[in-house]
Amino acid sequence: MVVSSAWDWSIGEKRVDTKSWTERFLQVQEYQVSADGESVAAIVALDDQAFNVCVNGALWDTPFDKIWRLRFTPDSRATALVSADGQWTLAVNGQTWPESFDYIWHPLVSENGQHIAAAIQQGGRYAMALDGEVWPNDFGTIAYSALSPSGDRTAGAVQVKVADSGQLEAFQEGTFSAAVDGTAWGSTFVNVWHLVFSPDGQHLAAEVRQSLYDYTIVVDGKPWPQQYTCVWAPSFDPVTGHVVAPVRKDGHWKMAQDGELLWQRPFAQLWQQRFSPDGSRLAAIAATAFGRWTVVVDGHPWPVTFAGMVSDLTFSPDGRHIAALAKEKDHWTVVVDGKPWQHRFERAWPPVFAPDGSGSVAVKVEMDGAFTFAVDDRIWPHAFERNWEPFFSPDGRRLLLPTMNQNGYCRKVVEKF
Amino acid sequence: MTSLYAFVAGPLAWAAFLFFFGGLCYRLLSMLRQVRQSEPFIFSYMSLRYSLRSILHWLIPFFAMGWRRNPILTGVTFIFHISLIAAPVFIVSHVVLWDEAWNLSWWTLPDAVVDVMTLVVVAACLFFALRRVLRPEVRFVSDASDYLLLVLTAAPFVTGFLAYHQWPAGPWMTIAHMVSGELLLALIPFTRLRHMLSGWLTRAYIGSEFGAVRHARDW
Amino acid sequence: MNERHKEPSEIMDDGVEAALSRLTPEKIQAVINSVLKGETGARFKAYMDTCIHCGLCSEACQFFLSRDRDPHYSPVGKVKQTVWPMVKNKGRVDTDFIRRAVRIAHTECNLCKRCVAFCPFGIDIAYLMTVVRRIIHKLGATPLYLQDTAHSHASTMNQMWVKEDEWIDTLQWQEDEARAEIPSLRIPLDKEGAEIMYSVIAPEPKFQAQLIYQAAAIMHVAGVDWTMPSDIGWDNSDMAMFTGDYEIMGRIKRTHFEAATRLRVKKIVMGECGHAFRSVYDTGNRWLGWAQPPVPIVHAIAFYYDLLKTGKLRIARKYSHPVTLHDPCNVVRGGGLHEKARYVVHQLCDNLIEMHPNREHNYCCGAGGGVINCGPPYKNARVAGNRVKAEQLFDAKSRGAHTLIAPCHNCHSGLHDIVHHHGIDLEIKFFSDIIYECMEKPDGSE
Repeated sequence: MVVSSAWDWSIGEKRVDTKSWTERFLQVQEYQVSADGESVAAIVALDDQAFNVCVNGALWDTPFDKIWRLRFTPDSRATALVSADGQWTLAVNGQTWPESFDYIWHPLVSENGQHIAAAIQQGGRYAMALDGEVWPNDFGTIAYSALSPSGDRTAGAVQVKVADSGQLEAFQEGTFSAAVDGTAWGSTFVNVWHLVFSPDGQHLAAEVRQSLYDYTIVVDGKPWPQQYTCVWAPSFDPVTGHVVAPVRKDGHWKMAQDGELLWQRPFAQLWQQRFSPDGSRLAAIAATAFGRWTVVVDGHPWPVTFAGMVSDLTFSPDGRHIAALAKEKDHWTVVVDGKPWQHRFERAWPPVFAPDGSGSVAVKVEMDGAFTFAVDDRIWPHAFERNWEPFFSPDGRRLLLPTMNQNGYCRKVVEKF
Repeated sequence: MTSLYAFVAGPLAWAAFLFFFGGLCYRLLSMLRQVRQSEPFIFSYMSLRYSLRSILHWLIPFFAMGWRRNPILTGVTFIFHISLIAAPVFIVSHVVLWDEAWNLSWWTLPDAVVDVMTLVVVAACLFFALRRVLRPEVRFVSDASDYLLLVLTAAPFVTGFLAYHQWPAGPWMTIAHMVSGELLLALIPFTRLRHMLSGWLTRAYIGSEFGAVRHARDW
Repeated sequence: MNERHKEPSEIMDDGVEAALSRLTPEKIQAVINSVLKGETGARFKAYMDTCIHCGLCSEACQFFLSRDRDPHYSPVGKVKQTVWPMVKNKGRVDTDFIRRAVRIAHTECNLCKRCVAFCPFGIDIAYLMTVVRRIIHKLGATPLYLQDTAHSHASTMNQMWVKEDEWIDTLQWQEDEARAEIPSLRIPLDKEGAEIMYSVIAPEPKFQAQLIYQAAAIMHVAGVDWTMPSDIGWDNSDMAMFTGDYEIMGRIKRTHFEAATRLRVKKIVMGECGHAFRSVYDTGNRWLGWAQPPVPIVHAIAFYYDLLKTGKLRIARKYSHPVTLHDPCNVVRGGGLHEKARYVVHQLCDNLIEMHPNREHNYCCGAGGGVINCGPPYKNARVAGNRVKAEQLFDAKSRGAHTLIAPCHNCHSGLHDIVHHHGIDLEIKFFSDIIYECMEKPDGSE
């Protein structure tokens, strides 16, 4: 988890002159901002053939032939996928992993930001690399790569039997499995999707299809005894370790736990379930009827529904409050504990709860073509060309607002408004 | 004979109307219930405006591409359906019956016009039957039930025409006319003749899909 | 030396034959009844009860017209050979029947819905054919090439088994290529908060990467704030929709929409593909529970229309050859984009030679609905089954058309087969080919 108490929470502004970057460099790509708001970075083109990363005006030591996927880790280190002489690797604050590969993609970062994994391809074979160290085994394909929350284990859906998708019988007998730290499960399936680690990283669950028609959830290679006509991604109860997943039967979706029905009520759609941090509550996004979307908490839907979509279901740190984004026609709003805000937005980003138990929610939003912030249905009176998601101080009384306008980047800390 | 007439004009007529209206209501309700149960999404797409748009465009003869490509069939179809409904509803002898029974009466057509309409219905049924035999693509999808439906439809008109012209004289043809008419009414909801109800609904649904979702003409 | 063309009934499909050899009458009956009772409802029943067997739909079907008005190819004739016996016999049909049903539902109906506009009751025979396809899917008897593609969708979330690294590598390669022409051009990957996510079908990165190049050039010149996802969900195509594997259809559509919501774009712009539009705009979203696509879908035709109409894209010189325009079913009867397509044509070209009938009454290319994806075994039958399109094209050619614009991938391939087979000298292009060729480009490019 991010330790934000060490950040600078004094009221005020810190600026970085990003405006001059466009004059310094041939091209400046999308800006990225660190979690603590102290750093702003972008991939920049030095000439037609050379790229580098500029962080707060300073370039990394070495330029590269190609750079993409610049992102900050939760502990505010800049990472990117970089290529030199046709070989790819991952760079953290300009330092590359010692190993390089024919290709690298889909970087994953542990919750504390200390460990980074990515999918790699070498000589047409596929594997994962964790902090630069590659699995001992490689595979014909890899997908749905996953990293345990603490960052010590990696997994991916891999094809373990050689069969072309056109060899119908062989393919339908099952060629896919999941590999954890490079070792595949003993069992194979027609398809394996969405690998999820348990919070302690000791278990791995996934969606599988056992034939063209029979779906179920597999935990550590062992399928649930029940089969369904479809399933969606599973989740681990953070306390008990039980596995829950939405399952479809007879045209309806229900929530199941370890193969038994958990919620009896059927839904037209049910997905993206989340446990509260203490595991005591389970919420999910659902369609109570065709085209009517809402949030369901422990099997009970909120009284409001939306025609567009509902997304970004978020629990407050104390688990008492739930926020989500909801879309009606072309506009978004924020819904907290079943009550929609009055304001409508062109776009909204994931809700951020205050950590103090107050239930306050802050959101990055777009209104009238410009970006600003909203807190508890109040709008920050200034708009920006760009901004990034807000962050509450540990006591919930202040807000970190990363913003950018024509003068450059500005890190603001303000009293909660 | 009088008691037979009384039975056909009384309980059998009641039964026929009961089957007709009750059957159509049952069909409508069961269809709506089934939509709610298994395809509730259909309600989300139904649009009054686009339902009517589609229906109206298809009610204009020779407007839809499908009508224009088959001009003779189209002409016969429109005249047939108009006559099929107008003749029995606006013929004096039927209106008199309504008047006697329920004290209800309305505007009527001259008998000569109804006579022509009756012949039109019969001729159209013959045309449809011949078309079924002669057009390979129609013959391919025709079975005995299609011809029986034509017979069922033509029968009250044939018998009605003969009864009106008293050939043969006596009550038998009138009774045959009444029985065949009642049979037709009673069977409408339980045969493909129920298109007189469901056809509007299928048209309305596809009209809604084409109008509101697909933004395209369906005619 | 001409090899004798096989009659459609003589075509052997190894995938279908293998499946049929495993089927028992009991299994067939159980599957048919489970689909008819469990997955159909009022709509199916209303269509069955309302059809008065008038045959008016026959005139609509290019297979019927092209096969010398053989009743077996009329829309209702196809229903008679598939759905009616299944219902009448309560699912008791044999493997020969299923073999015929596969051929009819998968290779002799493009699901183009032209017949809907010829039926006085608006009976949707394409829907009835998808019910047959669903039964065939549940019997495991989908044609081999189409099932192969569905396997690819299920495993990789794209149609062509493009691996995750190959996708990104292809975009970066096209970006490199395009930068040689327009130095500041980018294909922005994973740009959160861009206005538009651009999505394509997997054959583009696999075989037609120049289309991505052209799209990037158009986006760049028009100053569009756009992005493409590096992760799965970039492919908008959907053959599972056509095999009747709706669970996989839903999964790949969810992946596509989630790629867009993850990037927080305002809309999805998709390349010139018809079936993908049907899937994303109309079909896949419904299976997932969305009455409308959760992220607005803009087909390339509507996108080019907007760019030209607003002056974001300007034409430097008009395309010099006379053109004719094919109306793809899925974006015309499925999306009403025929007038916008004509606006775009008129902006690009001075001479449009219309084919007749056109707009909503166009003849299908014969490739759509997954028919071309059933592969080489059916190719000759498919081309023979669309003689009317060949006649239309020949007529346009004889009136001076030089180029055939087909703003749909399946149409493109299907029309190519027709043009090639009949020796009709028409050059087939996408809109993007001509826009890229004719648009104003920034100084210093090339």
